[in-house]
Amino acid sequence: MPSSHDWINKPLGVVEAMFAQSNSNPEWEAKVLEYFKGQLKEKESHSWVPSLNDVPLHYLKPNSLVKFRCLVQDMFDPEFYMGVYETVDPSTKANVLRCGKYKDVTECGVDLNSRNTVTAERQTFYCVPIPGESPWAKESYGCSSQARVVPSTSYVPSRQKRSYEEDDDMDTQPQKQREPHTEPHGNGDSKRQETEAPSSQTTAPSDCSSHLDLNFPLPGERGPACLVKVYEGLDSFKLNDTLEIYGILSVNPVLTVLGEEKDPSLLLLNPTESMETPEEQRAHDPPASLVPRLHMLYARPLQHNNPLLPSAPTEDQSAFVSSFLVEMASVRAELLAYLTHVLLGDGLAAEYLLLHLISNVYTRRDVLPLGKFTLNLSGCPLNSYTERLYQIVQQLVPCSYRLSMSLHTMNSMRLVPKKDYVANRLVSGALQLARNTSLFLDETQLEQGQLDSSGVRNITALGNLISWQKVDYDFSYHQMEFPCNINVLVTSEGRSLLPSDCQVPLQPQVTPPNMEEYLTTIHMAQFTSQINKFRVYLSLARTLDYSISDEVTKAVEDDFVDMRKDDPQSVTAEDLHRMLVVARLLSLSLGQTTLSRDGWMRAKHIDMLRRSRTEQQKSLNGNEP
Amino acid sequence: VSTSPTDYHSPNTKTVDMSSPLMYGTPSSRVEGTPRSGVGGTPARQRPDLGSIRKAPQVDLHSDADGAVASEQALGQKLVIWGTDVNVGTCKEKFQRFLQRFIDPASNEDENAGLDLNEPLYMQKLEEISVVGEPVLNVNCSHVQSFDADLYRQLISYPQEVIPTFDMAVNELFFERFPDSILEHQIQVRPYNALKTRNMRSLNPEDIDQMITISGMVIRTSQLIPEMQEAFFQCQVCAFFTRVEVDRGRIAEPAVCRNCNTIHSLALIHNRSAFSDKQMIKVQESPDDMPAGQTPHTTIVYAHNDLVDKVQPGDRINITGIYRAVPMRENPRQSNVKSVYKTHIDVIHFRKTDEKRLHGLDEDSDQKLFTEERVQILKELASKPDVYDRLSSALAPSIYEHEDIKKGILLQLFGGTRKDFSQTGRGNFRAEVNILLCGDPGTSKSQLLQYVFNLVPRGQYTSGKGSSAVGLTAYVMKDPETKQLVLQTGALVLSDNGICCIDEFDKMSDSTRSVLHEVMEQQTLSIAKAGIICQLNARTSVLAAANPVESQWNPKKTTIENIQLPHTLLSRFDLIFLMLDPQDEAYDRRLAHHLVALYYQSEEQIEEEFLDMAVLKDYIAYARTYINPRLNEEASQALIEAYVDMRKIGSGRGMVSAYPRQLESLIRLAEAHAKVRFSDKVETIDVEEAKRLHREALKQSATDPRTGFVDISILTTGMSATARKRKEEVARALKKMIQSKGKTPAMKYQQLFDDLRGQSEAAITKDMFEEALRALADEDYLTVTGKTVRLL
Repeated sequence: MPSSHDWINKPLGVVEAMFAQSNSNPEWEAKVLEYFKGQLKEKESHSWVPSLNDVPLHYLKPNSLVKFRCLVQDMFDPEFYMGVYETVDPSTKANVLRCGKYKDVTECGVDLNSRNTVTAERQTFYCVPIPGESPWAKESYGCSSQARVVPSTSYVPSRQKRSYEEDDDMDTQPQKQREPHTEPHGNGDSKRQETEAPSSQTTAPSDCSSHLDLNFPLPGERGPACLVKVYEGLDSFKLNDTLEIYGILSVNPVLTVLGEEKDPSLLLLNPTESMETPEEQRAHDPPASLVPRLHMLYARPLQHNNPLLPSAPTEDQSAFVSSFLVEMASVRAELLAYLTHVLLGDGLAAEYLLLHLISNVYTRRDVLPLGKFTLNLSGCPLNSYTERLYQIVQQLVPCSYRLSMSLHTMNSMRLVPKKDYVANRLVSGALQLARNTSLFLDETQLEQGQLDSSGVRNITALGNLISWQKVDYDFSYHQMEFPCNINVLVTSEGRSLLPSDCQVPLQPQVTPPNMEEYLTTIHMAQFTSQINKFRVYLSLARTLDYSISDEVTKAVEDDFVDMRKDDPQSVTAEDLHRMLVVARLLSLSLGQTTLSRDGWMRAKHIDMLRRSRTEQQKSLNGNEP
Repeated sequence: VSTSPTDYHSPNTKTVDMSSPLMYGTPSSRVEGTPRSGVGGTPARQRPDLGSIRKAPQVDLHSDADGAVASEQALGQKLVIWGTDVNVGTCKEKFQRFLQRFIDPASNEDENAGLDLNEPLYMQKLEEISVVGEPVLNVNCSHVQSFDADLYRQLISYPQEVIPTFDMAVNELFFERFPDSILEHQIQVRPYNALKTRNMRSLNPEDIDQMITISGMVIRTSQLIPEMQEAFFQCQVCAFFTRVEVDRGRIAEPAVCRNCNTIHSLALIHNRSAFSDKQMIKVQESPDDMPAGQTPHTTIVYAHNDLVDKVQPGDRINITGIYRAVPMRENPRQSNVKSVYKTHIDVIHFRKTDEKRLHGLDEDSDQKLFTEERVQILKELASKPDVYDRLSSALAPSIYEHEDIKKGILLQLFGGTRKDFSQTGRGNFRAEVNILLCGDPGTSKSQLLQYVFNLVPRGQYTSGKGSSAVGLTAYVMKDPETKQLVLQTGALVLSDNGICCIDEFDKMSDSTRSVLHEVMEQQTLSIAKAGIICQLNARTSVLAAANPVESQWNPKKTTIENIQLPHTLLSRFDLIFLMLDPQDEAYDRRLAHHLVALYYQSEEQIEEEFLDMAVLKDYIAYARTYINPRLNEEASQALIEAYVDMRKIGSGRGMVSAYPRQLESLIRLAEAHAKVRFSDKVETIDVEEAKRLHREALKQSATDPRTGFVDISILTTGMSATARKRKEEVARALKKMIQSKGKTPAMKYQQLFDDLRGQSEAAITKDMFEEALRALADEDYLTVTGKTVRLL
C-alpha cells in the first residue's frame, strides 16, 4: 500500500527532520526539495498523491502532501515570514530553534527579539482550477489517481454550506467519490450555467454567511481555489501559467480566526492592522476551510492538459509519440470523417476545423504571433446547432469555453481582468484562460441592438485577442499586456464582425430534419476508445516540431511570384501568411515535421477551394463588403 | 500653527483648568515658548517617520563582550549606539563638515537653480531656510556618498540612529549661523536618492530597517489618520497629570498616581494628548520595471506630518524611506501566531517624477541610467556611417520593405529639438513629428503601429473606432470613495513625451478628431468642464493610420478624396505616406522570401533580433535625453534654399507648393536626423535627408492625379489647383445656363442637372454639379431647398 509513505502523509516531519540535522546550515532547504523531487520521480509515485481537484477538501488530511492542477490567477505581494525562529519553553526556559518554512502558524512562545530569527521571503499565488476544463479531462485525471483517501475522523467537516449536496453525496457513498457522475459537471449543467448571468460567480448556493467570490475566470465554475505559498524560483512563474503543484496542505482554522477577530479599539494604536480594508482581508485571507493554503514543494508546468498523454517530457513520452506517429494518418482520416458528419457533410469545413483545433502560437516575432489560426465558420444553421457543435468540440479538447455573444452578455460580462485596488486583487474575466484553450465564440446569438461602452470594450478585447493574441488587463491607471495562446473559433451567420484569419462558409450537404437527433446519433456512434484517440491526436499534433527546407522555401517563393504575376490583386502578403500557416498545420496534422512540395500544393489547393467558396458567397449576397 | 504668547501655559508648573476653552486647541498649542530662537528655544518636532526613537543606549566598546561591532576604535570614540557602529560625536562632526564643505559644480538639479554652484551647496540651502522659514533640509545621498563613503554607509544602514544625529548637527550649525531666525520647529534632515533607485521587486529581507529609495505609482491614499505620539493621563482624584510616550504602538498606562498614590485613578485625556498626522499610501511598481507576464507589486507607505496629502493617486513618485517589517500582532488569547510580517515603508522624502512635466521644463523625468558600457556601445553604433540605415532596418523587421516609411517613423521616434519662444510670445515650438500612414487595408499598417507602441516607453495605442473625444483627452470623474472630482487623463495626455498611435484614423468621429487640432500644433489640451478649467501638456507625436474610404486606394483620386479627412488636420502631419502594394515581380520575390523566413527562422536568429530591439530602445532614449542638436550656418542656408525651391516649383504654375509649416517640418526632420547621428549640430547632410524624405512623402501623397505634379495645396486646402480651376469653370457654365433660361424663379434639381450634362462636353458628375450649386449659393445667386433650386 502506497499510503504507508510518510512523505505523503507527514511531509512536515520530513522537513523538520532535515532542518534539525542541518544545524542551521542553509543547504537543508535545497536538500528538502531534492528529496521530494526524487520521491516524485519514482514511477507512478505522483499518482499516489491525492489531488485537490478530485478529492473534496474535508477528505484530505491537513499537513499532508497534495497536488493541485491549476492556473495562476493572481500573484499577491511577496511577504516576509520567520524562516527560523526561537521559542522559549515557559517551564524549562530552554530556547529551541524552529523552522517556519512551509507553515502558516508558529509554535507558541516565540521570542521575537531573538538574534537567531531569520526572516525569509515567500510569495502567495492565487490559483484556481484550470478554467474550462472539459468533463472528460477531469474524469480521466480522477480515474488515474491511485491515492487512497478515507474520511479522516479527526477532521470534522467544518465547511460551510458551499457544496451541501456534494457533501451529502460523499457521505453516503464515499467509495464512489471519484466516479464521474457524482461530479456536478455534466454537459447540461455547464450549459445551463453559461446562459446564466455572470454575476452568479459565487458557487455558494445557499444563504451562507460568507459571500466569498472565489474569482474564477469563467462563470459557473466550481472547485477549490487555493492560496499557494511559493518559496523558490519566484521569477520563473508567470500569470496564467498552468501548473501541477505538489505541496503541503494547510487548513489551520487559526488562519480564519486571526482574520475575523478585530478589536476596533486596537486599530488606532496598532497601525499594522489598519492597513488592510475588509475587502482586501477577505480576498487575501479567506477562511482556510474554503480556500486552503498550499505550501509549494514542487511545481511542474503543464505543457498540455491532456490526461491521456504522458505528462512529463521524458523518454516514455518520446516513445509514446513515435508509436503514435505511425497511426497518425489513419486517425486523421477517421477524425476528418467524424468532423465531416458533424459539419453536415461539408468536408472542406471539416478540414479547416481540424487544422484550427491543432493550431498553436509557437512563437512571436516582435508583435506578430505566429501560428494562430482563428477560424470563422459562417453560414451556421440556427437553432442550437452551434451549441451542439460546441459540445462536440468540448469532447475533443481538454479545455474549452463557449461564449455566447448575445447583446446582453457582451454588455454585461467582464471579459478582461481588472485590478481591484480596494481588495488589491486581480478580478478575473472570461479571457483569462490557460494556453491552448478553445474559445468558441457564438455569434449566431447576437441580435440587433446597441452595445454600450463596456460592450464596445469587450468586442475590442476580443478583436485584440484574435489579431494579436494578447489581452490588455485593466490596471485602471494603465493597461498591461498579457500575451496569450487561445484558439478562437467564431460561428456566425454571415461574415463575422470580428477579425479572423480565415473564413469558411459552411455548405451543408445534408439537411437532417431533426438536427438534435442527427448530431446525437453521430456522437453516440463513436466509441470512447475512438474519441480518446482523437483527443490524443489533437494534443499531440500541436506539440510536434516543424521546419521548412531551403528547397521548398524556394518553391514557395516562386509560386507566390507566379500567382501574383497573373493577378496581383488576387494574392496579397496576407494570403501568403495564411497559406504558410495552413501548410504548416496541414503537414503537422499528417504527422510530417517538414513541409514538402506536396504539402504546399495541398495547402494551396484547399485555400483556393475555400476562396472560391467565399467569392461565391459574396456574389450570392451581393453587396457584402 | 503658531501660538501667541497669551495662551501660553506652562504645563509643568500650573494646573490647568480643563474646562477652559483655551485648552481645546490643537495639541501644538502647548508647544514651548514664542518668540523663540536658538537650538534651545525652537521646539523639536517628533519624527514619526523614523519610528519611535528609542532612547538608544550607548555602549562602551571596550566593555562590550562581543566587541565585533566597531570599525573605528580610535581613542575618544569608544561610544557607539547599541547595535550599530555609529558614534554620535563623530557622525555629527562629519555631517557638519559635509554641510560646510560640499560643493558640486556639476549639479544640474532643478532645485539647485539659482544657487552658486561654486559655494558650499548646503550652506546656501540653510540660508534659504533662514529666509523662507521652512525647516526642512533635503540632502542628496549621492552627495554624501561622494563626500564621505563611510558616513553614507552608516546613513543607509542605520537611518533611525543617524538621521536624528544629522538633525542635531544641522540645528547646531544653523542656529550658530543664524541665531536670530525663528522657525516653527527644528530643522529636519530629509535624505533622498539613496543608492541607485531601487526597484520595488528587488526589496528583500536584508533591506529591513535600512534606508531605501524606490519608484512607483500611487494607487490609493487613505484618509488622514491621527496617530497618538504622547498620551496625556490625568488623575481623577488629585488632577495630577503625566505624559506617556507611545512606544511601538503601545501605551503603558500608569497604574498608580505618583502624587496621591491612588490606584487606577488615571484617565486618558484625548485632547491634551499629542497626535501626529499619518496617511497610508499604496504604491504600485511602475509598469516599466516589471518583468513580462507578472502582476505589479504593491507596497504600503506611511507618510507623516507635512508629507500627508503631498501625493495623489496616479502620481509617479520616488520614495525615500525606511523599510519596516512588523510581526503580526500577538494575541494573548492565542498561543501561536501567524509567522508573517507586515511590511511597509516610513517615508522620509517624496519626489514626484512627473512633477517637472507640470512645470514644463524638460524631459529627463524618465531619465534612464545608462551604464558606461552601454553608452560606449551606443556611441560606437552612432559613429558608424550607416547608422541611419541600420536603425531603420532594425525597426519592425517583420514588416517588409517600406524603407522610407520606416525612416520617417525612426525620425519621429527621435523627434526634433524643443525650442521655447514663450518669451517672444509664440510659445513652444512643436518638436514632435507627426506621421500619417494611409493605404490599402492589409498592408501591415496596424502592425507597424503596434510595433512602435511596444517600442516606446510612453506609447499609447488607440483605435479610431474605439476612442471617443474624452478617451483621448481627459475627463472628469467622481471618485467613488472621496466623492471628489478628479481629472482622468486620456491617451493623448498619457503619451506626453511619447507617441500616440491611432489606428483607423478615418473611422474617428469628427468631434473626436477636432480635439487633435490643438494637440497636433500647440501641443496642449485645453479642458473646461465640470468647473475644471485647465491646460494640459500633450507633447505627443501622433502616428496615425487611415484606410481609404473605398476600401481600396483609388490612384485616380487625391489623398484627401481617398481618405476623406479634413485638410486642416492633414496639414498638421509632417509626413504622409502611402502604403500601397507595389506590383512588381522582384518585390514579390523578396516579400515571399521574407515571409517564409519569418515562419521558420530558428530561435537564435530571433534572439538576435530581440537584442536589437533593446539596443534600439536605449539608443532612442539616450538620444532623446542627451542630444539637442542646433542648426549650424550651412544647414540654415540649405534649409532656406530648400524652402525657396519648394515655393518656386509651384509658382511657375500659379500654385503655392510650400507653406511655413513645411519649413518647420523640414527643420524638425533635419534635427531628428542629427539626433540619429548623435550630433550636436544639424549639418547639411541632415537637411538633405530631411528634404529627400519630405519630398518622397509629398510625391506619394500630394501628387495631383490629374496632372501628375506635386501640389501641396491638396494637403493644405484639400483641393488641387487644377481641381479648383475646374470647379470654377463648372460653376460659371451653370450660371450661364441658368441666365440663358431667362426669368424662371424656381427650377427642378434633376432637370437642371440633366440640362447641364447635356450642354457640357466634359463629363459632369453629380458631385461636381452639387459643388457648383454650392459655389453659386455662396455667391447668393441661388438657394437649394430639397429638390428645387430658386434664384434669388
